[in-house]
Amino acid sequence: MRQVSIIGAGMTKFGEHWEKSLRDLVTEAAVKAVADAKLDGGEIEAIYGGCMAPGLFAGQEHVGALIADQLGMNPIPSTRVEAACASGGLALRNAYLAIASGAYDIVAVGGVEKMTEVTTEQTGVILGGAGDQEWELFMGATFPALYALMAKRHMHDYGTTEEQMAACSVKNHANAVHNPYAQFQRAITIDDVMKSGYVADPLKLLDCSPITDGASAVILCATEKARKYTDLPISILASSQASDTLALAHRGSLTEIRATKVAGEKALKQAGLSQKDIQAAEVHDCFSIAEVMAIEDLGFFKKGTGGKVSANGETALNSKLSINPSGGLKACGHPVGATGVKQAVEATVQLRGEAGKRQVSNLKNFMTHNVGGSGATVAVHLFARGD
Amino acid sequence: MAQLLPSVWRHIPERYSLLGSHCENCGKDYFPQRPICPTCRRKGKIVQKLMPREGKIFSHTLVHAAPAGFELEAPYHLAIVELKNGVHLLSQIVDSDSEAIQINSPVKMVFRKISEDGKQGAIAYGYKFKVVRNAAAASKPGKPVGKQSTSSKK
Ligand SMILES: [Zn+2]
Repeated sequence: MRQVSIIGAGMTKFGEHWEKSLRDLVTEAAVKAVADAKLDGGEIEAIYGGCMAPGLFAGQEHVGALIADQLGMNPIPSTRVEAACASGGLALRNAYLAIASGAYDIVAVGGVEKMTEVTTEQTGVILGGAGDQEWELFMGATFPALYALMAKRHMHDYGTTEEQMAACSVKNHANAVHNPYAQFQRAITIDDVMKSGYVADPLKLLDCSPITDGASAVILCATEKARKYTDLPISILASSQASDTLALAHRGSLTEIRATKVAGEKALKQAGLSQKDIQAAEVHDCFSIAEVMAIEDLGFFKKGTGGKVSANGETALNSKLSINPSGGLKACGHPVGATGVKQAVEATVQLRGEAGKRQVSNLKNFMTHNVGGSGATVAVHLFARGD
Repeated sequence: MAQLLPSVWRHIPERYSLLGSHCENCGKDYFPQRPICPTCRRKGKIVQKLMPREGKIFSHTLVHAAPAGFELEAPYHLAIVELKNGVHLLSQIVDSDSEAIQINSPVKMVFRKISEDGKQGAIAYGYKFKVVRNAAAASKPGKPVGKQSTSSKK
């Protein structure tokens, strides 16, 4: 397998883009990434685009071809990748594998979702498609409800509290204050979260990631050729993926995402690293409890202590381990198909030392963790400076 | 919730009577039915089996923000129920005091309307669960009701 690097990255601001369509968003992110890589565009041999539900959100399928068309890149192969909220992470992984295998030298990776074309209720139903429609959504489950079921059991087994979970949202908002691309560049307090009203007990509105429009893109290149385009390629040290049952009830545990454990361990093994070698990670905090479980399942903290260490500030920027310096899904926003690629954009910006006031200091290795649904798909990537 | 009718019809045996699967090779039970035993794969021997209708709450939540089609029921209780044979399933909890809905509370299956496909559409029925006051409620273990080979097409 060949080594693969990122040579360009770009994203739109995340938020409610009433004036922009899906194609506007993905084009904006891709043009930024191509310019950042100092490419003309003709060097790109293939495209992988992550997008969860464009047909339901915007009536538009066949997004692979749409992206190549919009970017003026026909006739190169262009493929849409779908794995619910992990669509972006899997687009990145497919592009990585295509270059590692030797099939291509330069590949563009995009992620996009245009979510505000429909009502909040319709959005809930569409995102529900990431779960088990016939056995869970049919019974009245929603995504907040599925994560609430995990949270309730985590509280029961480990004494995790609502305030501890709220601390994840508060910390992520504090990081997003310094991210000009974030949907919410404002701080919130524990009290704000606690008073924000139950969506599915024990999860409240401010435990949940928002509805977001946005796109993100990175350009991957075979490392052996990356120096032709940049003095500072960002090496992809590892790429891994795991799956689990679609239905939450069919898992062995409610307090652990097994696919996260499997993918996390595989990625560290591929890179020859251990948890203590990682200084920062973007983890999939679609709900506050998801961040609590992610930092446990990735092996950074002991099972059951994720809430406590979050409340103690051990995951704040430049503390023990900087979790979600971008603001995470909660505060940077969660355009579902774009999120996994946005995490790679943040890794690139951070490893280049260009993150401004949210810069992680003494950064060597960066992890990204992208989850589909309630944990049926997980992608983990590891990055480091390539200079 | 368009196109509900075929899905409702296909799942009647499972949703009306908790018909699941049993692997005669490893002894594990599954609900809903599975074509292949995830433990044994090709060595597995899947047969149909009725699940027990009693169990306990493994985790629960009160859903305030309801999805389309469930607005009139909100807020409503959802739970992961652990049946007496260890099988987990997701269900609404009905006809129960909120205080009684706790992890480990004993529950039993009841038959209810789940949803309807618009005013003139199909009505879907199926299982929900309720908390039982008397925890000593008798358990009727499921028994195999038919055979189905894993090697058959699916
Ligand atoms: Zn078996």
